[in-house]
Amino acid sequence: MSATRLSITEALRRAIHEEMARDSRVFCLGEDIGIPGGYGGAFTVTLGLEKDFRERIIDTPISEIAIFGLACGAAAMGMRPIADVQYGDFLFCAMDQVADQIAKLRYMSGGKLTLPLVMRAPVGVTGRGSQHAQNLEPIFMSIPGIKIVAPSTAYDAMGLLRAAVRDEDPVLMFEHKLLYGSKGMRAESGSMDASSEIPEEDYVVPIGQGIVRREGADVTLVGSLLMMHFSLRAAELLEEEGISCEVIDPRTLWPLDLELIQDSVRKTGRLVIVEESPKQGGLGAEIGMQVAETIPDCLLAPITRVAAPNTPAPFSPVMEKAYVPQPERIAETIRTLVAEY
Amino acid sequence: MSKDKGNKGNGPAAPAILKRLGRDKALGMFRRMLEIREFEEQVRFLFLEGKMPGTVHQYIGQEACAVGVCSALEDGDVIASTHRPHGHALARGITMEEAAGELYGKTTGCCKGKGGSMHMGDLARGMLPAIAIVGGNLPIVAGMALAFKLRGEKRVAVSFFGDGAANEGAFHEALNAAAIYHLPAVYVCENNQYGASTAFSRVSLVENIADRACAYGIEGRIADGMDVFAVHAAAAEALERARRGEGPTLLELKTFRLCGHSRRDPNNYMTKEEKEYWQSRDPIPACERLLAEAGWIDAAGVEALKKETTARAEAAIAAAQAAPEPKAEDLYEDLYVSMEVPR
Repeated sequence: MSATRLSITEALRRAIHEEMARDSRVFCLGEDIGIPGGYGGAFTVTLGLEKDFRERIIDTPISEIAIFGLACGAAAMGMRPIADVQYGDFLFCAMDQVADQIAKLRYMSGGKLTLPLVMRAPVGVTGRGSQHAQNLEPIFMSIPGIKIVAPSTAYDAMGLLRAAVRDEDPVLMFEHKLLYGSKGMRAESGSMDASSEIPEEDYVVPIGQGIVRREGADVTLVGSLLMMHFSLRAAELLEEEGISCEVIDPRTLWPLDLELIQDSVRKTGRLVIVEESPKQGGLGAEIGMQVAETIPDCLLAPITRVAAPNTPAPFSPVMEKAYVPQPERIAETIRTLVAEY
Repeated sequence: MSKDKGNKGNGPAAPAILKRLGRDKALGMFRRMLEIREFEEQVRFLFLEGKMPGTVHQYIGQEACAVGVCSALEDGDVIASTHRPHGHALARGITMEEAAGELYGKTTGCCKGKGGSMHMGDLARGMLPAIAIVGGNLPIVAGMALAFKLRGEKRVAVSFFGDGAANEGAFHEALNAAAIYHLPAVYVCENNQYGASTAFSRVSLVENIADRACAYGIEGRIADGMDVFAVHAAAAEALERARRGEGPTLLELKTFRLCGHSRRDPNNYMTKEEKEYWQSRDPIPACERLLAEAGWIDAAGVEALKKETTARAEAAIAAAQAAPEPKAEDLYEDLYVSMEVPR
């Protein structure tokens, strides 16, 4: 079977195209997503799709409450919308629709209705100051009723998008601005290569399944999106010093693949969670506590977090670099941990 | 106290509407209004006695709005309601047993006891579980209408909301979206003059909410929300417009709560004159008079109907009281379709 190398942007675009061709209930909603002569959404994911699906690539006003309300109502009536925001931060504008309506409607109905919809939101601290920067994963992880996926490779982006569209529940997909691989005028400086060989066959990455990106014996590193890539770099730095890191990419943040993390921690005895969002109320707090509650006897060292400071993201490139956990900072934390325990 | 200017002289006169509806349909509408009133009176009593859990926002006084609109719907149409949904639920065809079951949080409730008073609804009967965030249902109704339009179905989505919702951002975003896509939706604003204790006149310089329709380039209409037949006629026109593909209507119904905002509210913020005026316009005696003038019902007939309705409401509530409680463990059910709740 032949394969093609695609960026995350290209993989998502192809997955959306295929899902729309496969299922007439699938449609897209968002700002600037299908304007002829425009750019196919903030990161070009839907570029050109309107040529094949003019009726189902729906350009919206700058109106996030409407976007997610439209998605919610259409899903309740049996459609399968894919709604996106240009920057994850804008989800706050639509918070009632997402957190009060989409997350709770099925439950309030006593399970009598379903909301098969996908929400897509770019995240990441990327030179835009505080309001186009937030990693919102932990905020939404605290809201029951939404599944959350976060692909760090094009292979996973394709497989998770397919799984999300075909799922019967609301799925929120966080995508990282520095991993898209968007080209031309929408290219991001500081991007990392997250492209993958994409097989021809119709595969899915099941929601709820994490993956071991690198095997190791001394420390378990858990990181998603950009932090997965930075964790791999940190692992490479430490390898030369004789510290062996296992790197786990959860891929789905809710429901979390706790077993995969537990199995790794049973082996290494040390858990470090790497997160791009502030430490307060974060991913590390949740993942770390789940591990502490379930396998306390397996821990040789305190569960450790490498996170952004408890401030909004700053603009200054100097401060921004200090804000985002860099591979060097991750490596230094692990060095200290292994030395002490 | 000029709040009821409504559609006087605008819509068709009552006799013409009655003639079009026919005796059976008109009597059925009266009967449904009585059912809502009786249900709410009994619920109110149970509440004051402390025999019902939770809280309630009651519909007493606004019956003509729900019944007038819902009597104009077709089977495939879907409505969405608010934190004050009992009247809409009964008007749309959810039974008193299912409604009472939900109020008691029983398994026989229309949401199996997971919704409660503020989330009453059942899509199988054409009603989204009620959305208790003020203004929250308006964008969702646009979405339901979008689904109908994308599939080329002749169905209409109807949003019920209050004057309070008209100052929410969701009102603006939803109406604009429904307008630009020419969606088959009807936005029914029941202007009962008060958002909780705050008079609408204190929070808007625009007297008629329907006037805001021009901001979205859509039709705005006003009808007398105390006259079930006037509401029916206005709703039928708006629904027809939606079905023809001519887009949404903002239909304002001038009405009044003849009860508190929620369970123990004595309405001390309303003037005596105001209360007396609206009491004199109670939609149920008003409907009764029109039906009597048409020669379709007499005092004895009304009495018999009321007695029968009281008995049915009592039976429904008794059934709900006797119905099984859910198991505590059931709280983990019904959140996701394809996933267990992680514990």
